[in-house]
Parts: sequence; C-alpha cells; structure tokens
Amino acid sequence: MKPFSYSRAETVADAVAALVANPHAQVLAGGTNLVDLMKYEVIHPEAIIDINPLPMKTIEELPDGGLRIGALASNSAVAYDARVQAQFPLLASAILAGASPQLRNAASTGGNLLQKTRCCYFYDPSTPCNKRAPGSGCAAIGGLTRMHAILGASEKCIAVHPSDMCVALVALDATVEVEGPDGARDIAVCDFHRLPGDAPERDNTLARGELITGVRLERNHFAQHHSYLKVRDRLSYAFGVVSVAATIEIAGTQIADMRVALGGVAHKPWRDQLAEADFAGAPAEEATFQRVADRLLVKAKGQGDNDFKIPLVRKAIVRALRQAASGTPQSQTNKKIQ
Amino acid sequence: MFDQSKVVGLPISRIDGPLKVTGQARYAAEHFEPGMLFGHVVLATIASGRLIAVDVRGAERVPGVIKIYTHENRPKTAYRDSKWKDAVALPGHPFRPLENDRVLFDGQPVAFVVAETPESARDAAALVHMHYTAELTHTDIVAEQHNSYEPPVARMKQFLPPPPRGDAEQAFAGASYKISADYILSGEHHNPMELFAATVRFEGDGAFTIYDKTQGSQNSRDYVCGVFDLDPDKVIVRNDFVGGAFGQALRPKHHLFFAVMASLDLSRSIKVEMSRREMFYLTWRPSCIQTVSLAADTEGNLEAVLHHAVHATSRHEDYQENVANWSGLAYKCDNVKISYEIVKLDLATPGDMRAPGAATGVNALETAMDELAYEIGIDPLDLRIRNFVHRDQNLDKAITSKALHACYREGAARFGWSERSPAPRSMQEGNDLVGWGMASGIWEAMMSKGEAKVRLSADGKVTVSAAASDIGTGTYTILGQIAAEVFDCAIEAVTVDIGKSDLPKTGVEGGSWTAATTGSAVQTAARAVIKSLLTHAQSMEPSPLADVTDEQVEIAEGRLVLESNHQIGIAIADIMAASGLISIEEHAKVGPDMLAMKKYVSYSHSAVFVEVKVDEQLGIVRVTRVVSAIAGGRILNPKTARSQILGGVVMGIGMALHEESAIDHRTGRIMNHNLAEYHIPAHADIHDVDVIFVEEDDDKASPIGVKGLGEIGIVGVAAAVSNAIFHATGKRIRRLPITIDKILESETAE
Amino acid sequence: MEIALERPGSLTCPLALTINGNPYTLDVYPWTTLLDLLRSNLELTGTKKGCDHGQCGACTVMIDGQRMNACLKLAITLDGTAVTTVEGLGTPDDLHPMQKAFVEHDAFQCGYCTPGQICSAVALLQEGHARSREDIRELMSGNLCRCGAYSNITDAIEEVLAKQATDPSHREAAE
Repeated sequence: MKPFSYSRAETVADAVAALVANPHAQVLAGGTNLVDLMKYEVIHPEAIIDINPLPMKTIEELPDGGLRIGALASNSAVAYDARVQAQFPLLASAILAGASPQLRNAASTGGNLLQKTRCCYFYDPSTPCNKRAPGSGCAAIGGLTRMHAILGASEKCIAVHPSDMCVALVALDATVEVEGPDGARDIAVCDFHRLPGDAPERDNTLARGELITGVRLERNHFAQHHSYLKVRDRLSYAFGVVSVAATIEIAGTQIADMRVALGGVAHKPWRDQLAEADFAGAPAEEATFQRVADRLLVKAKGQGDNDFKIPLVRKAIVRALRQAASGTPQSQTNKKIQ
Repeated sequence: MFDQSKVVGLPISRIDGPLKVTGQARYAAEHFEPGMLFGHVVLATIASGRLIAVDVRGAERVPGVIKIYTHENRPKTAYRDSKWKDAVALPGHPFRPLENDRVLFDGQPVAFVVAETPESARDAAALVHMHYTAELTHTDIVAEQHNSYEPPVARMKQFLPPPPRGDAEQAFAGASYKISADYILSGEHHNPMELFAATVRFEGDGAFTIYDKTQGSQNSRDYVCGVFDLDPDKVIVRNDFVGGAFGQALRPKHHLFFAVMASLDLSRSIKVEMSRREMFYLTWRPSCIQTVSLAADTEGNLEAVLHHAVHATSRHEDYQENVANWSGLAYKCDNVKISYEIVKLDLATPGDMRAPGAATGVNALETAMDELAYEIGIDPLDLRIRNFVHRDQNLDKAITSKALHACYREGAARFGWSERSPAPRSMQEGNDLVGWGMASGIWEAMMSKGEAKVRLSADGKVTVSAAASDIGTGTYTILGQIAAEVFDCAIEAVTVDIGKSDLPKTGVEGGSWTAATTGSAVQTAARAVIKSLLTHAQSMEPSPLADVTDEQVEIAEGRLVLESNHQIGIAIADIMAASGLISIEEHAKVGPDMLAMKKYVSYSHSAVFVEVKVDEQLGIVRVTRVVSAIAGGRILNPKTARSQILGGVVMGIGMALHEESAIDHRTGRIMNHNLAEYHIPAHADIHDVDVIFVEEDDDKASPIGVKGLGEIGIVGVAAAVSNAIFHATGKRIRRLPITIDKILESETAE
Repeated sequence: MEIALERPGSLTCPLALTINGNPYTLDVYPWTTLLDLLRSNLELTGTKKGCDHGQCGACTVMIDGQRMNACLKLAITLDGTAVTTVEGLGTPDDLHPMQKAFVEHDAFQCGYCTPGQICSAVALLQEGHARSREDIRELMSGNLCRCGAYSNITDAIEEVLAKQATDPSHREAAE
C-alpha cells in the first residue's frame, strides 16, 4: 500500500467535492475490494475519502411499492431485509450466493456495484493489463482464460465482472442513483456497467466526481418466479464460473415477461432485452428455455480454456428458468440443484 | 504395554486446546521485542533469467526503511553447499537466497527490505524495481516429460524402484483383461493457514532465540548455525505452536535465512512474516505424469503391474518421493515393472506434502484398479480382496501387521457397499447422478531415532520434554497421555515441554513418525525413571521392594508397587524423601529395531468409501458421504486420531476436486497465488466423514505399537472420489483436479 | 468536512475505539488495518493473519456485533466502534461455551484458524439464520480450515445452538 491521506466525508457534497478536487482520490465504504486491491498494489489512491459517516444505510419503501436501498446498506442488511426477501427474493438470493458472511457484513451496496474484476492478470501489477495500466496490453488473451469472458470481450480486455448482486440488479432493472458535481441523476443499472471496448480501464459510466447514493427497485411481479443459480469451483466462498439470474412473470402457462441476466460471462452482467421480448407469449416450458439460451449465446466466443463456459451457461440458463417457472428457486444453503 | 490403560487410548481433549481456542497460543510471528525491526521480501516476477539492474531509490525513501539487501550487498555466508544442507536436504545445490543474479523460478526472493514497521517494509518492498533479462521458461510437465531422467543421486534408497520381477510386459501382452492409462496430477501447494514467519531475538554475543514456523526446531537451528557459522549452544529455535505445515515447513525457508541475516548484520531483533502469495513459491507437491498398466486373468488375479512415474523438480535440486513403488507391494503380483524419473522445470523445488509420493502414486494405482475391475466386470472391492498380499514383494519381507481385511469389511458394512448397483450411471436422484467409489490406501509406518527426558517430582508431577513439534497432530496430548499412563496420574499432572531446540534430540515432524518415535522415547524414559526410583527404594531400610526387578514394579496411585500385589509398595514421596531427592529425571534414546527391520517392514493401511452426487449438466460434484477405515496400529487417542484422518480426507477431497496451482506456461508464473483462486475445500464442501479404526495389534512397528496417522488419511481419497465420479457418470477423468470443465468435456465411457 | 490530518507533520490520525470492553485512544496510520493494529501495535495476537485479503476468515472479529474480516478494515474507519476478538470471549480458565464446545469436539488441529472460526460461530448464533447443519456449513464457509476440522466445527456449533434453543440462560452466556 502506498501512503495516502485520509478524510471523512460528513455530507455527500463533501465527498463529491473531494473526488472532484483530486482525480486520484477514492471513496472508501466497506473496503472489502478497495483495501484488497491497495494491498496488492493494484490501486494507489492518493486520498481516501471515508463515506461511512454518510446517512446512506437505510432501506426504505417507495410510494409506488418498490424499495430504495441506501448505497451504504451492507450486503447482509439487504439480503436479510424482510421487504427485500418478500418483494425481491432474487436479489436476496444472489447476495447470499456471493462471498462470505463476514464480507457481506462489511461490503456495501454501492461498493458491490463498483467491484473490480478478479482477472488474475489485472491483480498482478507485474503483468500487462489494459484495465490496470491502459495501453500496456492484455496478458490474459492467450494465457489462463478459464475464468474469462465469452460475451462482449474486446481485443483490449477479456475480463469479467465478478459480482453476484449486480447480476440480480440487472435482472430486476434496478436504477442506480448518483450524485455528482452537476447534481443528482439516475443511471439504469443495465447501463451502469460497460463493455471493455477500447477503454477497459472504465468499468462503468460514472462520471468523475460522481458518488453512488442508492439503488432503486421498482415494484414487479417476479417474486413468485425467480432463481439465482451460481456455478462455482467449490460449493461456497468462491467467485462464480457462471451464474444466471432468472425471473419470469407467468400468465397461465405462458411467459408474460421474462428476464435473464448472466454473471461470469462478460465485462458486465449480461442481459439482452430484445431477445427477452421475443419470448413474450411463448410457453413457459423446457423447449422455450432452450431457445432462450441459444438466443442469448449466439455471439458467445470462447478463449480456449473457457470454451466450456458456453455449454455450461447454456445449461445453467435452462435450469434457472426451469427453477423460476416452477417456483422452486435455487437454495443458497442446500447445494443440490433442482 | 497399555493393556489395561487408563489414559492411553481414551478420547482425551487436547491439552493445548484451551490455549488455542482463546487465542493465547502464540505462533512464530506473535512474539515481540522492544525496538524490533520488520522484514519483507521482494519476489521475482520472472521464472527464468537474470537480474540486470536493481533500483531501490524509491524504496529507500519510504520513511522507516533501514536497509535493503540484494545479491549485490548481502552479507557473507557459508561458501560450501554442505553448510546449507538441512536435515531434509536433497541431492543438488540448496537454494541460497540472494546468491547471485540468477532467477530460477517465479517468486524467487530477490531482495529483502528491513524497516521500523511491518507496513513500511511491505510498502517499500513494492517500490523495489528489478530489471531482468527473461529467458524462455519450461514449466509444463506434459510438454517437458521427454526430458525426464533417473535421479543420478538417490534421495533415499527406498525411493528407487525395486528390480523388476517376472516379466511384466509379456504377462501384460498375454493377459485376458488389461487396462493402461495415463494419470496426471497438477501441482499443489500446502497452504497451511499460518503464514511462514520467524521472530529473531538478538541477544548479543552470538546468542539468539528464534521463533520459527518449522516442523523441526533443531533442523532450523542447525541450518542457521551452518549458514551463518553460529554456535549451536547459543541459538535456541522455538516452535511451541505451529499453524499447520503438512510438509511445507520441513525444510528451513527463506524467511528464516533473511531474519537471521539481518539480525546479525544490524544487531537488532527482527520479525519476518511471509505473505500468502509468497507461500506459493515454496515447496509444493510436484506435478506428475504416470502410466499405469494392469492385467488380470478371468478371475481377477493380477498378472502384470507396470507403473511409470515422472514428476517435476527444480533446476537446482533433485526432489524425489516414492510415487510408484507402492504398485509393487499393494497387491499380490509376480510380474511387476516400476520405473521412476524426474524432470527439471523452472519452478521452486517441490517437497514433501502430506503422504508425499503415496498420495500421487497410490491415487493412480487405485484409479487403475477401478478401471481394471470394470474391464473384468467384477466389484472393485472384490478385485482388491482377491489380490490381497501378506508380504512386501518389493523387498521380500514380512509385514508387521496388515488389518486391511478388517478395513474392507468394516468400511464396506458402514458404507453399505453391498447395496451398490455396479453399472455406471445406474444410480440417480433427481438431477444428480449418484456414484459410489472406493480405494485402498497405504503408507509406510516409520519410526526414526528420537530422544526424550522425563522427570518425576516428589509431589507426583511429571514433566516430559523433547524437541518434538505439534503441528496440529496432537503431539502434546499423546505424549502427556503416555507419561500419565506410566505414572498412573491424571493428564493434568503432566507438563509436556516440546517445541524447543535445546530439548532432547528429535527429528523433524513428518512422515507420521512422531507418535511412534517420541512416544516410544517418552515411554522408555518413564520406565527408566521407575527403574531409578526402584533403586532408591531398595536403598531404604527396610525396603519391601528389596528383591524385585524393575519389570516387576509399576506406579499406582502415587506409590511404587509390585505389579502383582499393589499392597506392597512405597509412596513416591517417601522414596524421594529418603534419598533426599525432589525429583528423578531420566533420558532415553530410541530407534527402530534394526534386527527386526531386516525381516519386517511396516505399513499402515486404509479403505476409503465415497459417495458423490454429480450434477452432470452443470459439472458440479458434491461429496456427500465418506467412510474411512484405518488400520494404523494402536490408537493412543481416538479423538485426535480421528481428526488426523478427517484432515487427510478433506485434503484428499481438495486434491480430487479443487486444488491446482495454475501456471501460465508462457511466463512460467503461478497466477492463482491466493486463497480466493487456489481453492481448498470450504465448510460447504465437507459433509460428515465417518472414521473407523480397526483393531490392529503390532508389537514390531514401534515399541508402543503405534504406526502414525498423519499421512494415511489422505492416501486413496482422491482415487475413491474419482472412482465414485466414474460410477456416477461413466466418465473416467484421469487428470486432477476434476473441475467443472473436465466433467463437461469428458466423454462417457462405452 | 472533517479533515483527519489535524497535526501538520504527523501522518497518524487519532482513533478511539473499544476492544473487548476496554477503551483505547490511539494514533494510527490511516493505512494500518484493524488486523495489524491488533496483532502488531496492541500485541493482541489471538486474531490471526492467514491471507490478509479476506480470503480465509482467520482474522474474523466482531465489529459492533457483526463478524468481519479485520484484514480488510482500515482501523481509522472504526472510530467509535466496539470490537470483540477471541480474547474477549473467554480465557483458558473460563471458556466461552463456544470455546468449550470447540475443545470437546476437537474442532481444530493446528489452532490457527480457530479464533476466527470461534468469533464467526458466535456471531452466527447471534445472527439467528442457522437452523440446520447445512445452514451452519454454508454460513461458516467464510472460515477456511486447512487441517480439515470442518465436521467437528459443525458438531461444536450445532451443540451450542441446540443448548441455546433449549436453555435461554445458555443463550446469554453464549453471547
């Protein structure tokens, strides 16, 4: 870790001003990712702005029936919140699929949105990495690619986003509330993370000086039919190889509305709304789910070591949709997959 | 001995337990000295090449930095290799930190920073910039196996393959049933939970007390005395508590070298603690390629066994372990050919990791046995029973005891093996294919030379001392039990003093020989105390024990009494008072019975049964049941013994499903050097494990009948898991670990 | 905005927190983690360092009652909090029920991950989400044990959980 200055923000405006004042400043919330990266010498902030004093921990009901989650609400607080469990069980389930109880107690909602990739080359400062050191190259391409992207990768970067929570947020069409030097704005969570393209150093669409203040979830009809299915190399406390967040609104035997978001496959939680729309009215059955999977993976491309992710995620999509359709979401404690 | 034991054989809770559960047990990095300095190592980021320039300017500017050592300014050390060879050294050139500008492996220590605080040392180390000329690296054993060779100097002669017997090739060619396959193990790292560390207290005048993470305090002491020309009488190495090791702490590591080097150079106390990443550049279980060919007649009698193994070593040392010889002795077969080679890779020197050699080689043999059973169409357990052997055919020696039949019988009964439907893919539960697999395990039961001291005080208190180590093995507790048994006292009356180099000579804690060796030494010393006590008793006037020998007496309820009549005897306190003593201390040396060892060889055995549930579409394997039946001689403490086996089973599950040090062969660098991506089993991966210790009396394996349990628990486990996966899915996956991708990409066998 | 670097020339910042019921007023570098503060500065070495990156759980402590990895918490961010470490649960002569259960079930071997396992287990019971062995296994998965004592750890926790369910006084003792 390199020495840095430390300050505590008392107001959101304080934090924004500090971020604007120093391009090398970083906001610190739970610290589970930032402190980790600082110790590995991947990130070297000159200034740490501790936002924990800010009043952003609450989870409140919105007038229209949705929920607003403060950016500092811990992952545990969200996952075990009775309202979240009742209205957005997919989110609770995805959070509980990730990390460990200790990390979930510390990690914040905003921080989880800003989680960095686990690409082993990104994490090793002695290797080229366009995300860590723009223009230095990508050591992952042609290297150990077992955990890397099969969708939306670029010649500059094949890293994946590691979050579980964000996959559910994307499936739930959440809105990220941010505040910056030009005031507050909303960013649809689907537009929050970005594909690497030519600028893999940018994980998201936050502008300089912007701070996440909360996440908004609109009321939906998915609470009965959802599943978060995560496939990983050991049964807990491991980053996903692939994951699927699936929700369906069923009318009779047909799909009225369906959303499928994929984790571990791309630089952002992967979702294809156009494809989803095409299945409105289709029967909620195995054959449809197969077609959904095929459609989502039309452009999937392996890197060699990770070729297996394509058939794997295809099967995981079908399975998660089946779980969702039958109203038997994946348990995050019983590791048997129905 | 211990026939009517009151303490030995009971499930006594660890006597060091209360210190461990309250955080009071202090490990190597947890000692403090006023004015202590802190060191941090800079690691190479290439796997092969030379250092051409070192830039320490940025690092030197970090506040609190005292000195930065590189190969250009390191203090003088011993010149001859012999001074660097520790008790577990290998043929070849021992690694010397900062020896010169050569980089031999990824993560090699190339500089060492000393500072006033650990954070300054760590952060300055990150600012040391090394410039290299990198050379082409070779780290892939599959690609390099053509360069393998027979080690010109054997590490131990028993690691050399036995001479071929019969004509294995011909028997194989003519047999009714045969299989031949290649088995590949990826490299593994031990990853004990405690980080390697040394705290060196500089005491002046050449004296040091060093707290080191080591499996042998005397090995560390002798190493630093050799390298730095120190007086062994002035150096004490302590390892009171060791946070796991599994073989990785057998040989002294670079942290110890650096700590002592800097302490000597700067005349200050110092602490050096490794990072988790740094521990991926130490000893590892070598990657290994094996070819096993088995043949049998129509009834399943083995007619040929051929086993060829090639494992990795480093550029500078010839690491060797007994991978393949097990195939010549595990089952009865008269046509056997075993060959063994090693291959140099640009990696750190591998080393012993829990059941070194056996975990790798028996895994291949036991997978091959399963393949053969399917080829013949007989039950895998029946195939093993049919080929049971009472002799070691490699050495042509008798085996001291082999209750393996009982392991098969009791293990199979507990598991319910008879309910197994033999065909692959024939057992299903929802989306899960269910598989039942089994394997046998074997490990050499070794006893080495060892010493111990036992002191009995007039008040009945007992002190046991030896330079042994408890690395989680329960050594404190079992030594206390043995002494308590001999002196008929509560274990609370016994103080066990181990983990210090100035105590009676003891070898490194490894190979499962500590209980047999130090346990026997303690028992012998305790009996010597009784003998001495009797001599003093006989000098009393009158003495009711005047005409008896020490074999006729024992201690009961604080008195030295006739074994045949406890009414006749004298209180210990009275004997000592009469002789003006406050305590009696005796020292004992033990070693293997060389005469018996000419005729006998001793092994521990196991049968392990595993149930897996495999979600084939998603490639997920869950190990839902394990029964491990162990024939390991006398069990001194069933509670700690069971834990040893549990640990072996869990590490075996890790070997089967999770563990792999992932190397980018383009650069020769290990890329998953952390506990998030080098997966060891977590709580969720481990269901209940049923451990059975079968009855096994053995009066030759060691004087106290103990065979040792540290290794046997892991042997065969990975094969049992892999065989269960085959039974579940029909997929024979011969490269470990069996990860999701391998399940998905493997074909189902015809 | 509160600027912590109050004293020119000094890199350290003031920090007041409670550890195991004892108040501490300290000056710390902002880059000192809670784990290093405990282990190095305060010589409270019961909390262990196994990875220093939140990947093993050996450093688990309770911060205001919540279990967290001390290695990932910058100490300076904990002003005003109450930290409980393994030293705050019991002593060798007066073991906490969870510590006692760990000894009885041989829920450790080398002992290095043990303080973290115990802090995690105590917090697990307070959280109240574990009802079955399966739940215990999942919710203890943030604590790795290389000696492989997992099933014994589950036994120990299950025993304390069961006692707590049947005897409320035990619950208080356990917390």
